[in-house]
Amino acid sequence: MAPLKPGTQAPEFKLPSTPDQKVALSEFRGKNVVLVFYPADWSPVCGDQLALYSELSGEFEKLNATVVGISVDGVWSHIAFAKDRKYRLSLLSDFEPKGETARTYGVYRERDGVSERALFVIDGDGIIRWSYVSHVGINPGADGILKALEEIQS
Amino acid sequence: MKSRLQSGGDLILPVGERDHRQGGMGALATLVEYGDYQCEHCGAAYSFIKEAQRVLGEDLLFIFRNFPLTGAHPFAALAAEAAEAAGSQGRFWEMHDLLYENQDNLGEALVVKAAQELRLDSRQFIADLQNRKFKGRVREDFMSGVRSGVSGTPGFFINGSKYMGPWDGKHLIAALKSASHNKEGDSYAVR
Repeated sequence: MAPLKPGTQAPEFKLPSTPDQKVALSEFRGKNVVLVFYPADWSPVCGDQLALYSELSGEFEKLNATVVGISVDGVWSHIAFAKDRKYRLSLLSDFEPKGETARTYGVYRERDGVSERALFVIDGDGIIRWSYVSHVGINPGADGILKALEEIQS
Repeated sequence: MKSRLQSGGDLILPVGERDHRQGGMGALATLVEYGDYQCEHCGAAYSFIKEAQRVLGEDLLFIFRNFPLTGAHPFAALAAEAAEAAGSQGRFWEMHDLLYENQDNLGEALVVKAAQELRLDSRQFIADLQNRKFKGRVREDFMSGVRSGVSGTPGFFINGSKYMGPWDGKHLIAALKSASHNKEGDSYAVR
């Protein structure tokens, strides 16, 4: 399974952010979106990665971007996780059918039942402009995302 | 001033005048840490760095830059700004040490007490914290780390290159020694 490449139209999805709210990619038209696929809530590397993006929420806003985390965890896990870590970003639940969105983006790990640690930067027209799949155990940081967003904005 | 310590590798903000430094600019090995005063891993790294400084002596230049993750660590920004405020009164490293040595009790009371202990101008110190005078500088550190690929703390750079290896005393010292051996015989001149 290969991750979708830059230049590709980002596949639409509609995923729960809370027990009674769903978020669709198309709602962000006109805005840049950073999709952060990560394997699981609560695992230490993810925590650091999302903490970093949360810390950078002001920078992302300046670059007209919204950061969205996506994992196969259920909404209740996401809510508890985001509250515990005081994240300033929304977490979407790719829970049912499990990993469907990760699959359409080419970043689902069938054998492990979780997604890769993958980043997609999508522009306001819904086109993937940059993507990156990191080793599952390695936090990819934010420099690549910021560079991709700056390129879109320039 | 341009030197090989400051170019190459992936540290985008070169070591320079704005940095808090321990050691001379001509040292064979330069260690830059991006750290958070409330991060327990950084607390552990603090002792390993002290150990490395004892072993390497003048061969090591150590630089600390702030990388507070404030969502996870409610006192990280306060502590970073307190160290900078102490730094503006010439006592950065003393405050740095006190913060890490009392990491379990981090908070407003601790920084105020530390300022008294260090005989800082307390009124100035407290005013600087209240006015968030060093917020911008701390953010500058943070963003330079983000741009250099720091993804969590502690983030290390040895002679300008990101160091991804284990950073317990033994490994850190070995990495620094090997970096300094690579430098030996280089003819770059720095003061």
